[in-house]
Amino acid sequence: MTGAQALIASLEKEGVELVFGYPGGVMLPVYDALFDSKKIHHVLTRHEQGAAHAADGFARATGKVGVCMATSGPGATNLVTGIATANMDSVPLVAITGQVGTHVIGTDAFQEADTTGITLPVVKHNYLVKDPREIPHVIQEAFLIASTGRPGAVVIDMPVDMSRSEIEFKYPEKKTSLPGYKPTTAGHARQIKEAARLIMAAKRPVIYAGGGVVTSGASKELAELARMLEFPVTTTLLGKGAFPETDKLSLGMLGMHGTSYANFVMMKTDLIIAVGARFDDRITGRLDTFAPHAKVVHIDIDPAEIGKNVAVTVPIVGDARTVLRELLALLKPRVEESGKPDGKAWHRQIREWKKEYPLTVPEGGLRPQYVVNEIYRLTKGKAVVVTDVGQHQMWSAQFYKASRPRQFISSGGLGTMGFGLPASIGAKMGVPKERVVNIAGDGSVQMNSQELATAVLNEVAVTIALINNGYLGMVRQWQELFYDKRYSHTHLRRGESPDFVKLAEAYGARGMRVAEPEGVEPALKEAFKVNDGPVLIDFIVEQEENVFPMVAPGASLDDMIGG
Amino acid sequence: MKHTLSVLVENKPGVLARVAGLFARRGFNIDSLAVGVTEKPEISRMTVVVDVEEHSLEQVYKQLNKLINVIKVVDLPDENSVQREMVLVKVKADTKARAEVIEIVEIFRGKIVDVGKGTLSVEVTGPSSKLRAFEDLLRPYGMVELVRTGTIALPRG
Repeated sequence: MTGAQALIASLEKEGVELVFGYPGGVMLPVYDALFDSKKIHHVLTRHEQGAAHAADGFARATGKVGVCMATSGPGATNLVTGIATANMDSVPLVAITGQVGTHVIGTDAFQEADTTGITLPVVKHNYLVKDPREIPHVIQEAFLIASTGRPGAVVIDMPVDMSRSEIEFKYPEKKTSLPGYKPTTAGHARQIKEAARLIMAAKRPVIYAGGGVVTSGASKELAELARMLEFPVTTTLLGKGAFPETDKLSLGMLGMHGTSYANFVMMKTDLIIAVGARFDDRITGRLDTFAPHAKVVHIDIDPAEIGKNVAVTVPIVGDARTVLRELLALLKPRVEESGKPDGKAWHRQIREWKKEYPLTVPEGGLRPQYVVNEIYRLTKGKAVVVTDVGQHQMWSAQFYKASRPRQFISSGGLGTMGFGLPASIGAKMGVPKERVVNIAGDGSVQMNSQELATAVLNEVAVTIALINNGYLGMVRQWQELFYDKRYSHTHLRRGESPDFVKLAEAYGARGMRVAEPEGVEPALKEAFKVNDGPVLIDFIVEQEENVFPMVAPGASLDDMIGG
Repeated sequence: MKHTLSVLVENKPGVLARVAGLFARRGFNIDSLAVGVTEKPEISRMTVVVDVEEHSLEQVYKQLNKLINVIKVVDLPDENSVQREMVLVKVKADTKARAEVIEIVEIFRGKIVDVGKGTLSVEVTGPSSKLRAFEDLLRPYGMVELVRTGTIALPRG
């Protein structure tokens, strides 16, 4: 068997059924082997970045490891943004890149790039295969590392001579054990006990849930804990759906564009129970004024996140689900015995904030918030929503209430424009029975619009709801607020150019245009009838709408513009 | 504040780049770094001296531990460890100065490893503070070239 065949056979052993990629010179042996695979379906994207985001979207929607492939040099460098995007959001991704032959590595050979060197700072781990007999081990290790502990991206760089070598294929039966890799999953018993004590004593508690709850599959436990104690829950962008936002205990998202009430709660709380979240700067605002009265219980599988930005009272390193179960077991009898902590005054305060500072859709013209609201209404809140990055992303986060994990897919940490369309293709192929809506921006969609071809040719039925304001809206908003309305290079449209309807049609997709509020419902209903390919709806919205509330960069979390 | 970290790593290609890259990207300052294999050929030990505050030290420690090829990280406080460094100095020593230089070398229990026309090359080992004192004493004679290995360390007992 050749190294390339061993690679494909190893991927099959890991249960891979879907790969997104783009072939090239040094990947010819791998693509030749792939041609014979009965188990692996390969989707040809139109750009390597699209392949990485599609694999990422697939992983986020399914919880499985996403796999993408590209050739050496430019193929690999084009993957980098997608790899960094996945790694930053702790998404399990395995990227396989071709490399020039080992005898010419380091000679600036044709299409040579130092892929392991380039990707080193943006991966959980990477490999350069130097012995073809290692291939099965490397694949097994890569999947183990990508999918366990705090998941992340793993790159495997395969020199072409490794792919061509003959080896005897044997897949390791037992999982490899790595001397330097042993994620802690069970929380420290004494710390959990201490957390339980703080919880029972809290007067103004809040649960702050992040993407780790989704990754760990801890939503059920989180909901049980919150409801048993009647603690309010706020989620991060990546935590959306970790706790149903339709629940009366939900405060929605917090942070820079979070709800006012979630941010007020953070500033007044006396106990933050952080689960699978990392106190990112978009969450905390100004660090030295953040949550001044709060003790902090921080549950995270990555010890490096604990105490990184915010001082922690009770650190608990472990898997969110395992720790929450242990915490529940401790708390249940106490609550049964002495009742839950008295939160009447706290809940009254929160109700007042909610009443006084609700999220609202402004009147007049076609407002982007209205479009998101209509998408929410017409999909009954059940669609998988995949966003790009910018204003439309924040409006989606504010107005599309997620009720289950893996329902809201967005590039949070890296904030990668161009993520949405390819990620929605990967998501739809991962969960074909779900309705998948890509809420996009006119700036973002143009960064990977070539993937319309991928969606059309593979009959991927995603609805692309394009929030078209003719601007790089989020940057324009900052220019309006902080740079005296000097709109330097943020205007994207002249007249009807670019004409996104024609663009969609050029690829063989359906295109529609809506410029009036009355047109939104009929267009969406029509789009949702299509199930054999993508539909793009070009929503021409108010040009200078802003995302509010907003915590200005460097401002304190309760110092909100428009809040 | 200076801290000496002993980092046990898998002896694999690219590990040094992973460790050095981590320090660079997270903005931790390295004072010195010395690498070599241990009693087990598959494991290498890196001794890293970093100049960081207590809070950053915790991050250095945790971030190092996140590297897959890092097996163990130990902070070695001065009082509980043996720390050594070696310096090689080529110092100007004409016939007039030569006796004085040799005397200084003997006081520091150094070794003369090469004799040239008008120069002596000297090897001295010890804790970094001793090497600094040695350098200070030689400086007036004129140092032509100097190289230090960086600190290596083992826990006491």
